[in-house]
Parts: sequence; C-alpha cells; structure tokens
Amino acid sequence: MTEKTPFVDIRHAQKAYGDLEVLKDINLTVSKGEIVAIIGPSGSGKSTLLRAINDLDPLSSGEVLLEGVQVNKTLPHRQYEKHINEMRQHIGMVFQHFNLFPHLTVRENVTMAPKLLKGLSNAEADQLAEEQLAHVGMSERIDYYPSQLSGGQKQRVAIARALAMKPKLMLFDEATSALDPELVEEVNLVMKKLAEEHMTMIIVTHEMDFAASVCDRVIFMDGGVVVEEGPPSVVFQNPTQERTKNFLRKHLAQYAESSK
Amino acid sequence: MDIDLILRVYPHFLKAALVTVELSVLTVLLGLVCGAAAAAARLSRFAILRFIGAAYVSLMRGIPALIFLFLLYFGGPQIGIQLTAFQAGVIGLGINIGAYMTETMRGAIISVDHGQAEAARTLGLSQFQSFRKVILPQAMRLMIRPLGVNINAQIKGTALVAAISVVELTYTAQRYIGSTYKPFEMFFLAGILYLIIITVTGKMISFLDRRVRLP
Amino acid sequence: MGLDFSVVPSYADALFLGVLWTIAITIVSALLSFFGGILFAVIALYGPWMIRLPFRFFAWLFMGTPLLLQLFLIYFGLVELGIDLPAFVAGVIGLGLHFAVYNSELIQTAILAVDKGQMEAARTLGLSRTQALIRVVIPQAVRDVIPPIGNNMIALLKDSALVSVIGVSELTLSAQLAIGRTYRPFEFYAAAAVLYYIINLGMEAVLRRIERRTQLSR
Repeated sequence: MTEKTPFVDIRHAQKAYGDLEVLKDINLTVSKGEIVAIIGPSGSGKSTLLRAINDLDPLSSGEVLLEGVQVNKTLPHRQYEKHINEMRQHIGMVFQHFNLFPHLTVRENVTMAPKLLKGLSNAEADQLAEEQLAHVGMSERIDYYPSQLSGGQKQRVAIARALAMKPKLMLFDEATSALDPELVEEVNLVMKKLAEEHMTMIIVTHEMDFAASVCDRVIFMDGGVVVEEGPPSVVFQNPTQERTKNFLRKHLAQYAESSK
Repeated sequence: MDIDLILRVYPHFLKAALVTVELSVLTVLLGLVCGAAAAAARLSRFAILRFIGAAYVSLMRGIPALIFLFLLYFGGPQIGIQLTAFQAGVIGLGINIGAYMTETMRGAIISVDHGQAEAARTLGLSQFQSFRKVILPQAMRLMIRPLGVNINAQIKGTALVAAISVVELTYTAQRYIGSTYKPFEMFFLAGILYLIIITVTGKMISFLDRRVRLP
Repeated sequence: MGLDFSVVPSYADALFLGVLWTIAITIVSALLSFFGGILFAVIALYGPWMIRLPFRFFAWLFMGTPLLLQLFLIYFGLVELGIDLPAFVAGVIGLGLHFAVYNSELIQTAILAVDKGQMEAARTLGLSRTQALIRVVIPQAVRDVIPPIGNNMIALLKDSALVSVIGVSELTLSAQLAIGRTYRPFEFYAAAAVLYYIINLGMEAVLRRIERRTQLSR
C-alpha cells in the first residue's frame, strides 16, 4: 500500500429511497489510525453513510474502498456474499442498541464468529474472549447472559465482540445514545483506549465533547451532504458555515442545559 | 384424482358435513355455558366454588377428550346414564371444550384493568353492579378472538365422535376410504368441507369482533 | 351393573405397558414435531416459491382438518402407496406432522419478530445469511416460543389417544383390550383417565423446568 492509497475511500456516495435523496455525492477519505467523528442533526444521513461503509445499507451509486479494495462490489449473488462476508470480517461495527445475542453468554457472544469463521479451537477462542473482555473490563461477567448486564456493560461486550474479529476499522453508530447518562463514561473510556492504540475509527455521535477530545477530524453533515469538516478545534470553535453554527448553537445550548 | 368417484359420493359428504355443523354448534353452545359457569365459579368469593371450578378445568384439560367421551358413552350405562352416540358426543365434547373456554373467559375478565373496578366502586356501584356494567362488557369484547380459537379447535374436535360411530364427516370419510380404497380423494373431499366450515365460522367471528370493537 | 374397580389391578401390567407406549409415542412425536416445525418454518419463509407455495397450501389444509382424519389418510394412504409401515410408525408420523405444522406457525411468527438488529450484528461480524439464521435468529425464535410449543406438546400427549383408532397399542388401546375381556368400560376408562392425568402432570413439570432453564437467556 502506497502512501497515496487512502485507508478508507468513499467516492461519490449517493443513496435515495424513492424520491428522497439521503446521501448526495459524498466524498470522504480516512487514513490509517485516524479517528473521525460524524456529527449532524437526525435525518442528516450520518448513520446511513456509516452503514454504507460495510454495505449494511447499500449505496444507490458510488464506491466504498478499504485499503484499495472495493467493499460494495457488484457481483453475482453468491460471489457477492462470499466477498462481503470476507470484507466485513475486517470492519467491526458497534450499534446504538448493542444487538448482543441474548441466547448466548458473554463469552459465546465474543467467540461465536471467530470459531465459526476463523476456525478457532475452543481453547483458542476462550483465550481470545478472555483477552478481549479484559480489554474492555468485562472479565468478571464472562459467563453472564446479556440480560444480566447494564447497558454500559452490554456495549462494552459488543465492542469486545467486534474486536475479537481483529478488525482493521471500527464503526460506531451512536454507541452511547441509548445509555443512561451515568453509563456513558465507561463506554467512552473504552473508545478512548482504542484511540490510544491507534485503531482506525469512524464514530457517529451526538456527544460534542467526546468528539472534541478524542477525534482527529470532525465531519458535519446535514441534508445528505458534508457541510463542513476539519479538526475539532476548527469545526467546534470557528465554524465557517452558517448551518454548522446553527447546529452547534442548539446542541451546545442543550448540552449546557442538560449538564446543569 | 378420481373425479367420477368424488362426484358420486359427494352428496353423502354434504349430508355428513351438516351433522358436523350441528355437532359443532351444539358442543360450542354447551361449552360456552359450562365455560361461563366455571369461570364465574373460579372468580367467586367462595373457596368451595373456586375449588370446584379449578378441579373441573384441571381434570378436563388433563385427560384426552376421547377418553372422556368413551367413559361417558360406554361407561355411562353402568352408572345409569343411557345416551345415544350423538347425545354422548355433544355432552362429552361440550363439557370438555367448556374447560378450555373457562380459561379463555377468565383470562379476559382478569385482564380488564384493575382501575376500572376501582373507578366503578368509587362511584358507588356494588361489586356485582361494577362487574355487570363495567368489567363484563369490556371482557366480552376481549374474549371473542380467543374464543374463536377454541371454536376453531372444537370444529375439528367433533371428529372424535367418529370413534363412537356418529355419521359425521370424518366417519363418512373413513367409511368411504375403507370401501373405495381412495384415501386421498376422500381426504380432500372431507378436508375441503371442513375448511369451508372453519373459514365461514372464522369470518363470522372476526365480523363479530369488528362489530363490537371500541373505537 | 354397578361399578367394581377390583378388576382393574389384575390388568395393571397391561395398563402400565400402555402408559410406557403412550410416553414413547409422545416423546418421539414431540421431537419430530419440534424439529419438523423448525424445518417447515424455514421452508415456508425462505424456500424457493415452487416449494413454498404448495407447502403453504398443505399447511393450511392440515390446520383446517381434524387429526383423526389425517391419521386415516396417513394410515390408509401409505397402504395405498404400497408402503407397509407398522401402526406405531404411522401414528408417530401422523401426530408428528400434525403438530409440526402448528409449531411451524409459531416459529415463523417468532422468526419474523426477532429484532432486525440481530441479523445485522451477525452479518456485520461476517456471517452469511444462512449462518446468521442458524446461529442467531432461529435459536432466539425457538427460545421465544418454548412456552406455546410446550402447550402444543401437552395437546399432543392427549391427542396421542387417537392413534388407538388406527390400532397403535398405547394406553387407550390397552384399556379397550381389558374392557373387551371384562366388559367393564367405566372402570378401565376411568383408570386410563387417571393415568393420563398423571402423565400430564409429569409432562407439565418437565416443561416448566425447560421454560425456567431457557428464561435466563432472554
């Protein structure tokens, strides 16, 4: 891989549901080790863009490349399935509502995919689960069921589950939005730890202070386009676009009020 | 598929289907009566009535309907109960389905919000008045659909009387299978008639359900 | 002719054997109906239309007709097709298929009700659609419907009495054989009723245990 090949490369991403265009010709690159936050009002297309990166919500047109390999290739069904399953093993994803598998224990949630897709033995998988759960501080709950965990604990397990596939890229879709305020921090800490380990991350969030403190770059989306992007210091303190200013004014006011 | 045969025997099946309809109507009516009585007993203030209601439900739901039918029809004469096969079928199956209907009705009654009774009592209605005027009208609406499920099961359940030689649809199909050696044709013929009865009944029940549903 | 229960104990062995057969038929048919129900649900939801549509028609036909009629069809139909199976096997197939159709309806609804996020999370990890169905969606759907499937199994136990009509020797037939010798229908049908009631209680206890054990993982 040469210096010129971006790690993640989104080209002319466009998506429409009927007449409603939710993504309008978006171009975006992310380098290896970079941490990018996507912010914007609901309906701005930020989650749709994130979910297009691993082709969970396929684009209407445009390309997504990971290390120069196109993720959303047009292939006959069987070949596409083989290709996308292979690609997704390299792209971890964390959801707003955790989506832990309720019928499996914490351990089994983490080991299921590595055992099934990478052929890990029980012993190897157990060791992997122990490592990954230690990493997110969930070792003690390894044999619990998801229903026995708090929201913050669930989300940490979900992160461990994604990390167990040794992904090159992590996608976070409003990972803390469904959590009670007092549980947000424990998940943020895990994400900060990943940032320190130089994991490449794309984070859709509405937590401005988290984005400001952890991310290298902030992207503000509205109405299906990227309105403004840059380092957090610039986007948050000196936004150039009127729409960004409006959004931040509302959000920071809300934030100030809720933290009173 | 032997169409000629079907055309030849279908009048017998139609006649038998009428018997199945008759059995269904009578067993369901008896079941509703037993069910209402037992549901009332199970919700009564008196422990003895509650016990009798619970015992009826538990016994009837704990043994096969066929065994109860045989007990009544073949064993009845030993204790002075002489019934024709048709009568035994109606009474035996009616009492049996009544136990299932008891639970349906009771479930509907206890699922009416507790606040409703409290509100009625606050207005000064007696316990009976509040049940009669407030709880029951709401519960009746709730129980139509689940009773529909009981009724659907009972229409098929009437086939059991074939085992005591009542000439209804299943018995007729069985006899014609034995005499013609055409099990598939006879099954289809009887099956279509059952489906017609069940579909029409289902439509009637959902019509009733829609009619009484609150806006 | 009054009642005389003193004749019953001399047939205790035959009745006990009938109990064992009833339990055996119930267990084998219940297993068939459980796994058949899962298979049918998958076919009805995901099968190619050439299989799916006729399958749905037959499911509709089976749900609208009495078990007894179906038992006659299977028993005589197999003979007609030149397949000579012991009555026990015909009875198990009849009971198993009948309840598999009912279980399949429950499982289909449950599969469609599993949170969409579960499939997404599994696909995100790189599982194929089939792998995600087998590992994630279907186990949850089945777990969700264990209580109503349990009710179907209780119904199956009671409906197993019907296979006596096609000559499967189980509890009902044992009682009938004893009646044939003694002409005491009330005593033996009452005895059979008590035995069914006891088996029923045992089965309910087992099902409650299974329900409790699956409770945690929801």
